[in-house]
Amino acid sequence: MTHSTSASTTSTYVPDLGKPTGATAVSPGGGPRRPALRRVRDWFAAFVFTVPALALFGMLVLLPMGYAFYVSFFNWGGFGSPTDSVGFDNYTRLFHDPVFLGDLWRGFLLIAFSLVLQLPFALAMAVLLNQRLRGRAVYRMLFFAPYILSEVITGVLFSMIFAPGDGLADKILGAVGLDGLGGLWFAGQNTVLPTLFLVMTWKYFGFHMMLYLAGLQGIPAELHEAARIDGAGSWQRFRHVTLPLLAPTLRISVFLSVIGAIQLFDLVWVISAGGPDHHSETMVISMFQYGFKRYQMGYASAISVAMFLISLVFALAYQRFVLRRDTEGAITTMRANR
Amino acid sequence: MRALGDTYTSFSRRRFLAASAATGLGAAALSACGSSDSGNSSGKTTIEWWNITTTDPAKKLWAQRAKDFEAAHPDVKVKIVTLENEAYKSKMTALTTSGKLPDVFHTWGGGVLKQQIDAGLVEDLTDKTASWTKDYVPASLAAYQFDKKTYAVPFDIGMVGFWYNKALFKKAKIDTPPTTWSGYLDAVKALKSAGITPIALAGKEKWPGMYYWAYLSMRVAGLEAMQKAATDADFTGAGFVTAGQHLKDLVALEPFQKGVLGAAYSEPNGQAATMGNGKAAMELMGQWAPSVEKSSGKGLGADLGFFSFPSVEGGKGALTEVFGGGGGHAVRKGAPDAAVEFLKFFAEKQFAETLVKETGLIPVSKDARPALTDPNLTAVSDALNNATGFQLYLDQAYAPAVGQEINDSVAALIAGSKSPEQVTRSVTQVAKSEKS
Repeated sequence: MTHSTSASTTSTYVPDLGKPTGATAVSPGGGPRRPALRRVRDWFAAFVFTVPALALFGMLVLLPMGYAFYVSFFNWGGFGSPTDSVGFDNYTRLFHDPVFLGDLWRGFLLIAFSLVLQLPFALAMAVLLNQRLRGRAVYRMLFFAPYILSEVITGVLFSMIFAPGDGLADKILGAVGLDGLGGLWFAGQNTVLPTLFLVMTWKYFGFHMMLYLAGLQGIPAELHEAARIDGAGSWQRFRHVTLPLLAPTLRISVFLSVIGAIQLFDLVWVISAGGPDHHSETMVISMFQYGFKRYQMGYASAISVAMFLISLVFALAYQRFVLRRDTEGAITTMRANR
Repeated sequence: MRALGDTYTSFSRRRFLAASAATGLGAAALSACGSSDSGNSSGKTTIEWWNITTTDPAKKLWAQRAKDFEAAHPDVKVKIVTLENEAYKSKMTALTTSGKLPDVFHTWGGGVLKQQIDAGLVEDLTDKTASWTKDYVPASLAAYQFDKKTYAVPFDIGMVGFWYNKALFKKAKIDTPPTTWSGYLDAVKALKSAGITPIALAGKEKWPGMYYWAYLSMRVAGLEAMQKAATDADFTGAGFVTAGQHLKDLVALEPFQKGVLGAAYSEPNGQAATMGNGKAAMELMGQWAPSVEKSSGKGLGADLGFFSFPSVEGGKGALTEVFGGGGGHAVRKGAPDAAVEFLKFFAEKQFAETLVKETGLIPVSKDARPALTDPNLTAVSDALNNATGFQLYLDQAYAPAVGQEINDSVAALIAGSKSPEQVTRSVTQVAKSEKS
């Protein structure tokens, strides 16, 4: 009895086992050992299947990360092997470096701008384009197109558009008699960040809009209908039906937006290289400058470690406190399905 | 002829260790130059030649030269790798870290070359090249010489000076280019009051702004002080502060084009285009300025003139001391002998003259000097020949971190966020931390 059950279970788990293994599985006297054996075999299979991925991940992700962490304790120019150990000096230097502290502040500003302006704008466009509208597919495509464009092309394009005096932006403003509004754009210390944010919004809002559109499609029309029958106005329907049901999408979009702002590099590098006078510098640009322009690999590594920690702490905290409901749902469903 | 593979028979244990360490670190970078080992089974020696000549006609001429060399040496193959400036720099950083350089590679000399020499990666060429570099302009070799040893062969030399638009100067009623700093400031004022933008500058790229500070430091503090500052890691001397003050005086006149802080050098609307389209009266730039003005803008043709950076009243430097640099070829330590042979072949008089005639290079050898016809380049060449002192580009002469800090701090000075004293202090701080 026991015999045949265990044999059949084995065969359901490993349907096309070779003869020798099958023989071991059905061999008499092995009753108590069998589940353990199966677990070992499962583990072994899992191990064999994940080893290539693990090896690659370890070699290309974990090892360099560990090495960067190691290097961050040295004063190292990038040549030969690091020997001049300086303890936590590179980290204490971070807290006295006006450029790095400025990076943090600018990163915070960009995130704040994104959350307060860019995402609501993307949401508004998504709600608009979710309605029956002539040519909405064209609009969707148009708004999403900038996201597909490479960062470098975007950068070159906009540095020409915003060229002070000769650029398209100034010419258009001049043509409609608003010369006063034109100005230095990327060349001004106080205008570079807002202008940059404008470009970022142009480039990325389409992506978030698409996320929201996908989320909106998932909200059953019956709910809106029911709300309408109950006498809810369009704002109330948005506030009490759309928004709560879109919340998981919103949470993910905020997450992506923040991580994206922390890792911002190529667009800024092409447009302003962090200038003028560091006024648009981001953490990654500082890291690049110190690492590959000044060859202070130790300090650059310290910046990258700081960046990693900021991202990690944010990601963990966000998962723990904000995404908890979403992920918990997923996990509980998974458990129920088992 | 001696077997070219000989150099590899003395494969020491240390080199083996270095090489195996390098493979671990820079496997990706190495894959690009893995074929440079000599003594391979086919009996052909391959030399890898890395350069930054990305534009014609020079690119074509160089490739042809490599072919000619192969024709003259049937057992040698020259593999050319051409990279753009910045890409080349970062690639070379990776290669230097990995401990294996290309057989023949472009170098600007100075601090970066010194780093590579200190890492034991560069061949000493003093004896191998002495016989055929005797008549070279001394200024052209200066950047590659350390402790009386020569580590590279120059093919190009140049200097920074003011390029100016004669028509615009005339319009502002300036008859002769200024030779003193106060005269220069007067010229700027005259241009401004004539409604002309006096100076084009690429504020985004920082290094063009550094030229002003460097030249002013040379003129005020003097060449010796600049060398001493580097060895002592102390730039706080009065001369450097005064130099910064002079630059601040210039900036206070608001002499630059609109949006100077965001302007690039060679992009449309950049410094060279502004100058080349006649929208600014002058720029402080190296000998390549005329060609870049032409490629990014219209070019000025006969309206373009050249004058040396003015001397500063009461300063220690002279008008004849030049700030510049060039390009040279260095050879990897342990490269096949064919590499040096190739450099000699590359430097032959007839080819040097072709380069001068067709690519506008300023000759390093006095022999090839008569081939120069362009009046502006002749003026540059004359200034170089008559130079009483030479200062290599600061971002090449000093350690990279120091050079970058000078670029950065001077950019801040021009943007108005750092005082002359703060510039010298920041540079000193970085220089000190690099020394320790």
